[in-house]
Amino acid sequence: MVFEGLADRLQQTFKKLRGRGKLSEADVSEAMREVRMALLEADVNFKVVKDFIGKIKERAVGQEVMQSLTPAQQVIKIVNDELTELMGGTQSRITISSRPPTVVMLVGLQGAGKTTTAGKLALSLKKQNKRPLLVAGDIYRPAAIKQLQVLGEQLDLPVFAIESGANPVTIAERAIEYAHSHARDMVIIDTAGRLHINEELMQELKSIKNTVKPHEILLVVDAMTGQDAVNVAETFNNELGVDGVILTKLDGDARGGAALSVKAVTGCPIKFAGMGEKLEALESFHPDRMASRILGMGDVLSLIEKA
Amino acid sequence: MGFFDKLKAGLDKTRKSFTEKIEQLVVGYATIDDEFLDDVEAVLLSADVGVHTTAKLMAEIKSGIKSKEIQAPEQLKPFLQTKISAILAEGATPDRLFAAQPPTVIMVVGINGVGKTTTIGKLGNYYREQGLKVMLAAGDTFRAAAIDQLEIWGQRTGAEVISQFEGSDPAAVAFDAVQSAKAQKADILIIDTAGRLHTKANLMEELKKIKRVISREIPDAPHETLLVLDATTGQNAINQARLFGEAAPVSGIVLTKLDGTAKGGVIVGLKAELHVPVKWIGVGEGINDLRPFVPEEFSRALFADK
Ligand SMILES: Nc1nc2c(ncn2[C@@H]2O[C@H](COP(=O)(O)OP(=O)(O)OP(=O)(O)O)[C@@H](O)[C@H]2O)c(=O)[nH]1
Ligand SMILES: Nc1nc2c(ncn2[C@@H]2O[C@H](COP(=O)(O)OP(=O)(O)OP(=O)(O)O)[C@@H](O)[C@H]2O)c(=O)[nH]1
Ligand SMILES: [Mg+2]
Ligand SMILES: [Mg+2]
Repeated sequence: MVFEGLADRLQQTFKKLRGRGKLSEADVSEAMREVRMALLEADVNFKVVKDFIGKIKERAVGQEVMQSLTPAQQVIKIVNDELTELMGGTQSRITISSRPPTVVMLVGLQGAGKTTTAGKLALSLKKQNKRPLLVAGDIYRPAAIKQLQVLGEQLDLPVFAIESGANPVTIAERAIEYAHSHARDMVIIDTAGRLHINEELMQELKSIKNTVKPHEILLVVDAMTGQDAVNVAETFNNELGVDGVILTKLDGDARGGAALSVKAVTGCPIKFAGMGEKLEALESFHPDRMASRILGMGDVLSLIEKA
Repeated sequence: MGFFDKLKAGLDKTRKSFTEKIEQLVVGYATIDDEFLDDVEAVLLSADVGVHTTAKLMAEIKSGIKSKEIQAPEQLKPFLQTKISAILAEGATPDRLFAAQPPTVIMVVGINGVGKTTTIGKLGNYYREQGLKVMLAAGDTFRAAAIDQLEIWGQRTGAEVISQFEGSDPAAVAFDAVQSAKAQKADILIIDTAGRLHTKANLMEELKKIKRVISREIPDAPHETLLVLDATTGQNAINQARLFGEAAPVSGIVLTKLDGTAKGGVIVGLKAELHVPVKWIGVGEGINDLRPFVPEEFSRALFADK
């Protein structure tokens, strides 16, 4: 499971800390050095780590904490607070427009999981009694249209595609007309994978955005991504204005830190998590639960209460 | 554009963010102090070099300072370049293996979406251009339209594609493909496989089975097992290499998507920890965007001046 490696490292550090009665500033510093390493090994962006550790140190070596009866627990609680904050605080959902159709556009780097996620989102909306329309906006990747059509067939949902050379802007525009005339209340637009530094293709996304005015632009981010995740997310956000992030491949053993940094740097909330290749494998993302899980907080919180 | 220029252009972003940051540091500091060293460490970490390898390089820098090999900030870049080149070059093997008797069988594995199928298209083209007869096997029978995708690459490169249906047993596809390659005297057979996470035991078993079927037909095959890694991947690449290596001994790595801003530094960490050679790099989605990996050229491009 994702974050597991990070969780193990942090919990080990805190176990050592808890073994001690009183804490010196050196004890806190030593623990923070370990937390720093754990976060860096988990691919949390190094700038984010620096800020994070700075904040915790500042709060933790304050008089109040150091002189309390249970300094270790207090430090852990501070880490928990800051980690929850880092992951976005509370759960976020997608906005449903009061005037259908609600238009959702998926964007991201090559191979991140956009097309699969389009299928997953459509299934989840279908289960909520919505009438989604999938739109094949990737005209570049070999068999990308076919891929979405196969998913549409599996889901028994319509897929809007124009196979004879129309550009993605026209496709999106015509898809919205189709949604109106066929009473589809959700439109999910798949787009081609692209590098954030590819100006021509970023321009194409802007044109789609300006033409169909999506209610939600969701950035699909692979949980395995390293330090570069932050540059990618910042550029997509600056160019397009991203409303939320979908993390994919959380069923692996990625430590997932880069993804956490995306929230910290762009402010875009993580809305969903992809947990597998199957179309059912999409979950809502809960920052507080995730933070507790990483720190093994069930355990820790009860200790704090006892103290 | 010559080969070196192309490689340099492909790695331009890497070079910019990495080398230029170090250059900025060099200009920003008159003397080497702790703060300077912290910043150097940050540059390495942000290039995905990884905690362990960064620690190792930092220790070397510190001993270089002690021994007076590094006396001023500007000596740092050449020092690091030498160290990183050494890591990359260590144990470098010839870049391609050929079977004593054709067909040479190449199996391509990796997690989801890293660029396996695209790499196979490019690789097929590379060998076709050398006048070899290439066949491709559509061993991804799981992902929607994966077979269609490979067939389009087959048309682009003029390589025959052996396929069955979505949902077929991939080992059966591999069996068919090896039979056809032998019967039709193909020089190279490249087998695509479905993306799979290295943590899924049942899928790793499936990979072993495909490999067993191939070896039963040609004892020393697959002659090459390429693990495809995405350059944007962080430290997880090391787990991927380790676990795929356990399921099917990996003979080489293909590092894709180096045309982005990802710094590809994970190669250095990977090489330092696991000693698997990188054989190819992908620098785009086009048919010609695959290059043999040459350690000296890679580190030279990484550190090349503007
Ligand atoms: N294990 C796992 N695999 C996933 C997940 N989401 C997507 N995938 C797989 O990742 C690979 C790439 O997914 P796609 O949906 O084709 O990615 P994409 O972003 O549309 O790719 P391009 O269109 O080429 O840019 C496929 O093999 C998917 O099955 C996930 O949550 N977990
Ligand atoms: N920019 C860039 N994109 C690449 C490169 N190699 C592959 N891609 C893109 O990455 C995406 C995924 O490539 P695929 O070849 O389908 O990946 P895969 O590993 O076969 O994916 P699955 O079969 O779904 O696991 C596609 O959009 C490719 O065009 C590269 O070197 N650079
Ligand atoms: Mg796609
Ligand atoms: Mg594939």
